Amino acid sequence: MAGDGIRAGDTAPGNTGQGVGHSVPRKEDDRYLRGTGEYVGDIRLAGMRELAFVRSPYAHARLVSIRKPADAAHLVFTADDLCDVLPIIANSGLPGFKSSAQPALASGKVRHVGEAVAVCVADTRAEAEDLAAAVIVEYDELPALSDMLDAARPDAPLVHDHWGDNLFLQTRVEADLAEIARTAPVVVRRTLRTARQCMSPMEGRGVIARWEARLEQLVLTTSTQMPHIVRTGLAGCLGLPEEQVRIIAPDVGGGFGYKGILLPEEVCAGFLARHLGHPVRWIEDRREQLAGNANCREHHYDLTAYADADGRLIALDADASVDAGAYSIYPFSACLEAAQVASILPGPYRMDAYRCVTRSVATNKAGIVPYRGVARAGVCYAMETMMDAIAAETGLAPHLVRLRNLVPADAMPFDNITNKHFDSGDYPEALRRVVAAIDVEGVRRRQAVQDGPVRLGIGFAIFCEQGAHGTSVYHGWGIPMVPGFEQAVARLTPDGGLELRVGIQSHGQGLETTLAQVGHEILGISIERIRVVHGDTALTPYSTGTWGSRCMVMAGGAVATACRELGERILAIGAHLLQVAPDAARIERGQVVCGARTVSISEVARTWYLRPQELPADVCSGGLEITGGYKTLRDTGTFSYAAHAVVVSVDTELGDVAILDYAICEDGGVLVNPMIVDGQVHGGVAQGIGTALYEEMPFDSAGQPLATTLADYMLPGATEVPALRVDHMVTPSPYSAFGQKGIGEGGAIGPPAAIANAVNDALRPLGVSVDRLPITPHRIVQALMDRCDRGVS
Amino acid sequence: MKPVAFDHDCPVTLEEAARLIARPGARPIAGGQSLGPMLNFRVARPDHLVALAALAGLTGVEDTAQVITLGAATCHAAIEDGRVPDLPGGVLSRIAGGIAYRAVRNRGTIGGSLCHADPGADWLITLTALDASVLTWTPSGGRMIPLAGFVTGAFRTVLAAGEIVQAVHIPRPGPGFGWGYVKACRKPGEFAHAMAALLVDPARGVRRLVIGATGGAPVLLQGVRADPACVGDALAGSGLGRVERRMQAVVAARALAQATNGRVMPA
Ligand SMILES: Cc1cc2nc3c(=O)[nH]c(=O)nc-3n(C[C@H](O)[C@H](O)[C@H](O)COP(=O)(O)OP(=O)(O)OC[C@H]3O[C@@H](n4cnc5c(N)ncnc54)[C@H](O)[C@@H]3O)c2cc1C
Repeated sequence: MAGDGIRAGDTAPGNTGQGVGHSVPRKEDDRYLRGTGEYVGDIRLAGMRELAFVRSPYAHARLVSIRKPADAAHLVFTADDLCDVLPIIANSGLPGFKSSAQPALASGKVRHVGEAVAVCVADTRAEAEDLAAAVIVEYDELPALSDMLDAARPDAPLVHDHWGDNLFLQTRVEADLAEIARTAPVVVRRTLRTARQCMSPMEGRGVIARWEARLEQLVLTTSTQMPHIVRTGLAGCLGLPEEQVRIIAPDVGGGFGYKGILLPEEVCAGFLARHLGHPVRWIEDRREQLAGNANCREHHYDLTAYADADGRLIALDADASVDAGAYSIYPFSACLEAAQVASILPGPYRMDAYRCVTRSVATNKAGIVPYRGVARAGVCYAMETMMDAIAAETGLAPHLVRLRNLVPADAMPFDNITNKHFDSGDYPEALRRVVAAIDVEGVRRRQAVQDGPVRLGIGFAIFCEQGAHGTSVYHGWGIPMVPGFEQAVARLTPDGGLELRVGIQSHGQGLETTLAQVGHEILGISIERIRVVHGDTALTPYSTGTWGSRCMVMAGGAVATACRELGERILAIGAHLLQVAPDAARIERGQVVCGARTVSISEVARTWYLRPQELPADVCSGGLEITGGYKTLRDTGTFSYAAHAVVVSVDTELGDVAILDYAICEDGGVLVNPMIVDGQVHGGVAQGIGTALYEEMPFDSAGQPLATTLADYMLPGATEVPALRVDHMVTPSPYSAFGQKGIGEGGAIGPPAAIANAVNDALRPLGVSVDRLPITPHRIVQALMDRCDRGVS
Repeated sequence: MKPVAFDHDCPVTLEEAARLIARPGARPIAGGQSLGPMLNFRVARPDHLVALAALAGLTGVEDTAQVITLGAATCHAAIEDGRVPDLPGGVLSRIAGGIAYRAVRNRGTIGGSLCHADPGADWLITLTALDASVLTWTPSGGRMIPLAGFVTGAFRTVLAAGEIVQAVHIPRPGPGFGWGYVKACRKPGEFAHAMAALLVDPARGVRRLVIGATGGAPVLLQGVRADPACVGDALAGSGLGRVERRMQAVVAARALAQATNGRVMPA
């Protein structure tokens, strides 16, 4: 495929400082830092009007009637008005899955607080809200399911009346553990819970819809991570052929999964733009986000681990429930989370046997959406808690227990107990490095002499992160979207610039820079002249979008493929201009080179586009625009991994936790831009600290969310994120283009486990532990007071 | 989350302000740092907002040997920065600096904070402990209201309709006074879930402990009862759970430690 002259590495990127492996400043930051980014909320269209939604104040109720204000009835739309609009359906192909239909506007029943019941149109948002306040909805309240364990009981009220129970799906990984249970020297049990969280990108959701009469096309500008998937889903709901739908994602202010979804609001806006003949806009506010969209992370675990006296893990027995909310969301479905729990709970460890039951339970909450790390943050917390439990039971140091069980480097590549294929790495070494980094011995010495109310604790977490997994993995889950080949278009402009068109979305990851670095690596064109075009279905090849830590591997691979093929054509033309045979020439630093003779790529481009008379008639009929398709050599994913180690102090009187030291050793394979990787780690850790210590959307028994402002829903801020020390190992993936691995999510995975273990390490001498996230001051003090009440035993 | 439609008036004299506030559906606004969110949530639905922050009658300060007087429209940042008189040791400056974050402090006012009467407001708790009073203004005359009786419950004060808080009087404690102020917050600048302010003023024979963030009016304990050991009992009927009551006792003990700093100070 690629000529000898243009393989990665041959262009000596070390000399240009812009290729793979270089921390070049992010190209996109110029506009972000100057405040000239353009988000949905910055866009004004002539004739555009604003939408406000009437939303259910009840978690579960029958809709009795909706009365529109008499003088503005034509500006208020309900389910009855959205004729021919189909509900959002996201089925999983896993056997036994029960399907839900999420209407664009509720009809019959409302199933969670914040569900849209009607939509109002006005010149300004304030007036649209006035209108929404004047719509009178009569509800007949039904008993609400606010807790997944209650919802799973046989006599529970039903979220979907025709189901018979509230289980989207139950899965089983079977194993006969009877003998192990009888003989294992060490048995530890834990019941753990993680809170429901509300993903909080800086920019919320937002949509502008416009019907373009000339093209007979709906143009929907939306803050999404997956424009092409939104197009497919939206076209289906609106009954439009896909070529009549164009999705534009402008600058997107963070996604994290919150924007990896087809929204009822998008369906409504699309319908209204066409129906009303003028553009409409909806900008989500924090109230809508917090009250209606706490939609991630809520797990419950009953775990038993069996080990031998040396701390070697023999078996894990798990019963896991995921609160999947009311609807199966498109495209990831209600079951991705639990399916992931079942397949990755064993983490980076070896064991002889594994049993796991999972339940995806329907409740009266927003449908669960995968959040950065997806199930891994919960799973890692669960598994790493068990590691510490084994350590406590055996009296071994927590890191030694882990070292005893981690898959060793010489076993790589390794197929684990759930058939995950770990591609490469040295997991024990990563752990050893963080153990050294936080000076475990020194902290233990200080712990031994402490007596006041403030106690020190050490916690570890180690995990691996499957990224960029493809067809075989997703096909197995049978969700509406299965990734296949990733494509990229590489197009040379007549003046020698390079456009890279990709269907993924860059919303903070710096892909406008890193993909340009890949293009540079292959063609040597300076990254200033490489423009990454994304965020528009009309301009980019189909892609499932940005999720699953896949972009650097998949879009990076596709860009490399397209650029290599483009390089072949450039070589053919350039060799002619040099009057040498194509295989005598190569591409170096943006030039076609043969011996001492060179011709620049821009000269090649100019000649082909504008002075074809200088070329023989048969040179390069395909032109200088290539669509390259790419899959990794194995589609089971790259496995980056990281060890986190944290030292905390716990104020045992007030329950405050302070993070004193935080060290990470991560291995993302070959880092295309190490600075950006560090940024991803830092941002992820901030979110992980939120999961560990702050973020929780509690619900009362009526299904009412109780933290509906940012005064109640605690997000970590600058003062809560310590200085992190990030160390890197570089073990290339054998399956990706440059040996790179997906690393976008890892930062968020480790902190809940590491911090919880550290807090519980601090509390252990006092005889208590906190077994749910987030670990709040209240929970710590409560645990200590309960212990006091029971009396010291 | 957009407010209802309202007019915005910017009077220049107290008389004019009072007249504008007297209209039905009118409400004063100072820094807008509490009223703003209430407007956005449509909890407050005024027809008219009357701006107080720039009124000359509300911005002055005065400092005597006995009392510091701060105009109600003095913003937290001015106090934090020491641009107005302070008690010895920067007591007021440190309180101000612990409120929210700087952007809020640039606009939020001491008077607005007291009138809003959030049970967790820093000024309410600390100024009650410091035995401060507010001076109010109405067209028919004003009155001096000690903070200890100013707040009747969460977000409720004794202010009459149209009564404007003009200034805050903070008596200077005697020489050798002790001051402690401790709050427990999830994050710096976040509203606290437990807070205690304690003044020990041996010269005047005063000892005042105030517990805040109780969900209601601040709880004032004086003399021998101004003791962490009394906090649990004092909060028995507050509706706070036992964990919160425990935390309140802890911050009270820490406030006492700060105030006495190892010294033995008689009640
Ligand atoms: C993010 C955030 C965090 C915060 N954290 C804290 C914190 O940690 N601790 C804390 O104490 N506070 C905190 N606050 C509140 C802040 O201190 C406010 O500034 C203060 O509570 C209100 O002052 P204001 O001048 O903004 O009043 P406004 O919001 O303008 O008014 C508040 C109320 O008082 C009335 N009012 C105002 N001035 C007068 C007057 N002179 N006479 C009569 N009535 C009047 C208004 O009509 C209104 O009802 C926070 C606010 C925000 C936005």
